[in-house]
Amino acid sequence: MFTLCLEFKIIMPRKRRELYNKEICACSIFGAMNRDGDRFTAEGVMKAIANMHVRGNGLGGGFAAYGIYPDYRDYYALHLMFTGHDWEAKRSAKQDFDAFLCENFDVVHDEEVPHRDESTVTDPPLVWRYFVLPNKKGDEAQLSDEDYVVKKVMWVNTQIEKAFVFSSGKNMGCFKGVGYPEEIGEYFMLDRLYRAYTWTAHGRFPTNTQAWWGGAHPFSLLDISVVHNGEISSYGTNRWYLEMYGYACTLQTDTEVIAYAADLLMRRQHLPVELVAKILAPPIWNSIDRMNESERKLLTALRMVYGPLLMNGPFAIIIGQTGKMIGLTDRIRLRPLTAATRGAMFYLSSEEAAIRLISPQLDDVWTPNGGEPVVGELKNIRMVKDEVIRLS
Amino acid sequence: MTKAYPAEARSRGQKRVQGRVCSGTAEIDAAGLETRELNDHLRDLMLAGTEKAVLKDVCGQRYIGTRLYSPEHRKMEIEIFGTPGNDLGAFLFGHKIRVHGNAQDGVGNTMDDGEIVIEGRAGDVTGFSMRGGKIFVRENVGYRTALHMKEYNEKRPVMVIGGTSQDFLGEYMAGGIVILLGLHGKPHKGNFIGNGMHGGVIYLRGSVDKTQVGGQVDISPPDEADREIIERYVSEFIERFPEIGLDKEQILNSDFVRLSPRSKRPYGKLYAY
Repeated sequence: MFTLCLEFKIIMPRKRRELYNKEICACSIFGAMNRDGDRFTAEGVMKAIANMHVRGNGLGGGFAAYGIYPDYRDYYALHLMFTGHDWEAKRSAKQDFDAFLCENFDVVHDEEVPHRDESTVTDPPLVWRYFVLPNKKGDEAQLSDEDYVVKKVMWVNTQIEKAFVFSSGKNMGCFKGVGYPEEIGEYFMLDRLYRAYTWTAHGRFPTNTQAWWGGAHPFSLLDISVVHNGEISSYGTNRWYLEMYGYACTLQTDTEVIAYAADLLMRRQHLPVELVAKILAPPIWNSIDRMNESERKLLTALRMVYGPLLMNGPFAIIIGQTGKMIGLTDRIRLRPLTAATRGAMFYLSSEEAAIRLISPQLDDVWTPNGGEPVVGELKNIRMVKDEVIRLS
Repeated sequence: MTKAYPAEARSRGQKRVQGRVCSGTAEIDAAGLETRELNDHLRDLMLAGTEKAVLKDVCGQRYIGTRLYSPEHRKMEIEIFGTPGNDLGAFLFGHKIRVHGNAQDGVGNTMDDGEIVIEGRAGDVTGFSMRGGKIFVRENVGYRTALHMKEYNEKRPVMVIGGTSQDFLGEYMAGGIVILLGLHGKPHKGNFIGNGMHGGVIYLRGSVDKTQVGGQVDISPPDEADREIIERYVSEFIERFPEIGLDKEQILNSDFVRLSPRSKRPYGKLYAY
């Protein structure tokens, strides 16, 4: 009987596993935040990320911006990417999505995300934004607005072919694509059309996955966005764990799991960022053994409970959030991250030179210890009343 | 917007050495120059017999000072204003570099000879695989400083750091001298010091806990010969940074500890069978 079982197992056809969910890169990451809440265009950030041009290879660039939609600050801003070989395919993906959207959300405004036609980017998808409120019905009425949005985002990304929600927060948005980050910034005219109190940016060097518009950084869910330099070698375990909580990894890049882990831990489980850092990048057991009893107990418990969310492998990340910008590296800092302040400005960057380019004088410059988060917070979020800047 | 690599800087074959050359000193405006162009300029200057090159507005250009080998072993001084990029002075062949500001990661990567002086802080893997010459950093250094530093016969690299270091100082170190002066006035917090160390020596001003150093490392008080080495390089350090306003005695009067490897083959038993 035992032998039979074994044979049966051996001849069982194995489920085909996709092996392309891996990347190693020497990406560039950059973040700038005005802690007074004063908003600024992406001009400086684009200069800074362009200064680290050689870290990427032109196969991905992107930005996350906080505070860009003050007129629609109470609505979820969904940024959609409709891919396809030709215009018809993109339109048809949009039609599928629109039908879904009308059923599940109230749309107050929608438009194509403005972009330059003469730009050098290749094969851009149709990028559209919708400002929406949840229209919860039936059993789903019990869900919180956020849970509802997350559920619907996951549904779209897994069920509607060629439609991807890549940004879904309030008063924030991601812009990304295939190209150098400065090209993507120009394509979406980030230096002219938007003003944000926090910008994060990314230049990509993908080696293990193909470059496509959805696979560029940042990765975002609700108002959390992540840009990442490194490789998550624990991707399989992390992905499997997050799937249990309803997060579907569909964008073919390892960084996606960090965005979903941050949403799970920070929004749903209300953990402070200091603890989240110790979950994603826990100290090694040797170091835990040397701590005092209460710390040791806490960190042991975190490693037991959240083992599958440990992000193994080298990484430096910038997490953006409403009113916050967080920098974190892996526990032995195998990827670079420099932090700096100048007055109300708070900077995070792969290289100090990029910061110095746009702010030659700095009050403080340091390289944070591995596994220890650096957090910039808005001292006060000003209720900015000014108009949304539109294309003339 | 300003691109990092403007079209005019990209085209080759323009006049190679921008800037002024006077009495053996040349000045290069590095703003907007690519890494390769800047290093081409430096190489041209060296071959033309320039004694000193002053680089203005450096911003992230990498490998400055590498590729400066000549059969006649010409030597040059390079003075840098701005923030040089990664791998400053990689494979440095006996030249002298001084940075008026901070440096990024990989300073003196596999440098062969010469001197690098940083009037500020340096990033990760400073002195990585260094095999000769000297590095002086006025403030702190990042992770993995002196990673796999080595020595052979008369070539013995030296690194003196004014402040302290983050984790993994002297990892897999195989030779050379590292001195941490702790002038930032706080205890050394770095962990995993000398992990896998099997050669060379680290001198720390102040103290370090046994749990901070790798298992193969002995902590001992410096003897007379060690004291002489420390004194020599502390003198050289304050010569290069008079602005810190300390004299030799003020630094030498404190306690130092010596970290050295127990074995030249720490993993011999692990891998042999």
